[in-house]
Amino acid sequence: MTAMTAPDKRDNAPILSVRDLKVHFPIPGKGPFAKDRPLKAVDGVNFDLFPGETLGVVGESGCGKSTLGRAILQLIAPSGGQVAWLGKDIVGIPHRDMQPLRRDLQIIFQDPLASLNPRMTIGEIIAEPLVTHKPELGKDEIKTRVKRMMARVGLLPQMINRYPHEFSGGQCQRIGIARAMILEPKLIVCDEPVSALDVSIQAQIVNLLQELQREFDLSLIFISHDLSIVRHICHRIMVLYLGNVMELADRDSIYAAPRHPYTKALISAVPIPDPEIERNKERIVLTGDLPSPLSPPSGCVFRTRCPFAQEKCATDVPTIDRVSETQEVACHFHDSI
Amino acid sequence: MTTNHILTVENLSTRFQTPDGEVEAVNNVNFHIDPGETLGVVGESGSGKTQIFLSLMGLLAKNGTSTGSVRYKDKEILNLRSRDLNKIRGVSMSMIFQDPMTSLNPFLKISRQMTEVLVEHRGMSEADALKRAIAMLDRVGIPGAAQRVHMYPHEFSGGMRQRVMIAMALLCDPEVLIADEPTTALDVTVQAQILDLLRDLQKDFNTATVMITHDLGVVAGLCDRVMVMYGGRVVETGTVRDIFYDSHHPYTEGLLKSMPRIDRANEDSMFAIPGQPPNLQNLPTGCAYQERCGYVMDRCCVERPLLKGFGDGRASACFREDGQ
Repeated sequence: MTAMTAPDKRDNAPILSVRDLKVHFPIPGKGPFAKDRPLKAVDGVNFDLFPGETLGVVGESGCGKSTLGRAILQLIAPSGGQVAWLGKDIVGIPHRDMQPLRRDLQIIFQDPLASLNPRMTIGEIIAEPLVTHKPELGKDEIKTRVKRMMARVGLLPQMINRYPHEFSGGQCQRIGIARAMILEPKLIVCDEPVSALDVSIQAQIVNLLQELQREFDLSLIFISHDLSIVRHICHRIMVLYLGNVMELADRDSIYAAPRHPYTKALISAVPIPDPEIERNKERIVLTGDLPSPLSPPSGCVFRTRCPFAQEKCATDVPTIDRVSETQEVACHFHDSI
Repeated sequence: MTTNHILTVENLSTRFQTPDGEVEAVNNVNFHIDPGETLGVVGESGSGKTQIFLSLMGLLAKNGTSTGSVRYKDKEILNLRSRDLNKIRGVSMSMIFQDPMTSLNPFLKISRQMTEVLVEHRGMSEADALKRAIAMLDRVGIPGAAQRVHMYPHEFSGGMRQRVMIAMALLCDPEVLIADEPTTALDVTVQAQILDLLRDLQKDFNTATVMITHDLGVVAGLCDRVMVMYGGRVVETGTVRDIFYDSHHPYTEGLLKSMPRIDRANEDSMFAIPGQPPNLQNLPTGCAYQERCGYVMDRCCVERPLLKGFGDGRASACFREDGQ
């Protein structure tokens, strides 16, 4: 079996370039005259995404991965930085200029049933983006396209008049994918698309996303806390911690030789379904929980849980260093640990 | 026949009366568990894995009824009156749930929730009970237990709340601990902490543990024996090595193959079990797995395969065991 090859980047300009992206939510201070405090959900994220590529965004809950996905799509207004879509910055552009771009930028959510309007038939749900973005299309044409897309994602076209509650979780996720795909977008942000599904169904949905990616040359941003699935579907992986990038590397480098202590800990914590391997593997067990993003640690945000933290980590913020062609890491001591 | 089984379940069936008719969530389940042993119960949502244990703890929804036999040591406990059951559940048998926020009372301080059971069941004084609660919180790794015991559940993080739940379940030194997806709502780094804790506690207290989970990785690391459920029935049992290295039932095999693995570079596409999990209200005649099975034969669609033992606690419910 051949390994999935990453799209060749040299021939292509990035489809999406994110520079120093910040999302700070103001949290009201306690007391009538206290100032608002910023909650830095995303704090200076940089990356490029190429056509046909899947970028995995991983990290614990509260690390800012969903906020990042929404800020890229301008569903949450970024507090600073740039999001360049096909070379043009889209942060803060007027609604009427953003609207046509939404054809190319779609999203799939975690909870498949909650993200579908229970009072609309699945035909209406899948057709809605077409009705909004291509009002010139006739009813018959819309119906034809909806049925074609339903068949493509593995739903029986004759179910077009059914309601979401009549479908299982896996089928609802297929409906969500059909809705996102109907405009043939260039980028889909997948926010934990398989986390709510049973193991036997997860693989079906992952395979479907990979087929669609190949067929339509889609770029995917795959937000997940499941590092096993991410290893399977993503070409490159970004590890976030408290809104900061800890490591960004292509898949083979990050799983074979993770450089950041947080990445190492995350990977070693994932249970492996093999009793011999699971019981004998070495693990880095982190102590404690994610600190509050309202008062992040000074210096390196990860230092309070890092088994290798030294004095310098409390005072200096590590820069992102390029350690190889395909791997960047934000740690003062990535060479020595 | 004398055994040292701490819990013996025989022919347990659980049915729910619903507006759309009767649903058999658990069908004729048999198993036992010994002190110090960890039993993994694996299956998809709707496979009945949780309902088995809600049945034996007397925690079924009002429209549910159970038949069969559940013995704690030698005492029959199925369908016991609450008053009698309360002498056992929470004392000799404890259960921890997936979502620690909804299982703790948000209005009461942890101290109150933890001391109640000790005062009630052990006849301890409030002061002694508080001391024991603090010691137990300390044991499960909650820093500053003496102060934090006076906090409310919302003041704890998800991982810490799950530790509180575990501490609470262990207060009366239970002989059986039933953990229902205890780490599913947690991040992997916190999951690793909690699994380590459960392993340590089992060593210290020799508790019989039931681990209900859909995560085969958790089973691989923690369990001695495994019971695989599908459509309300047990489809395969065996030791953890049997199940992982020599699975017999096509569903177990499919489940193992469809698990993505972090220790392996990927292949082109993942193995996926086709189709959907079965609808319990409308199970097919014959084997519940027939529509998704790669080995399906004519016989599977007319006749239901029974769980067939083949030595050493191994069993599989598949006609392939008949050698045809």
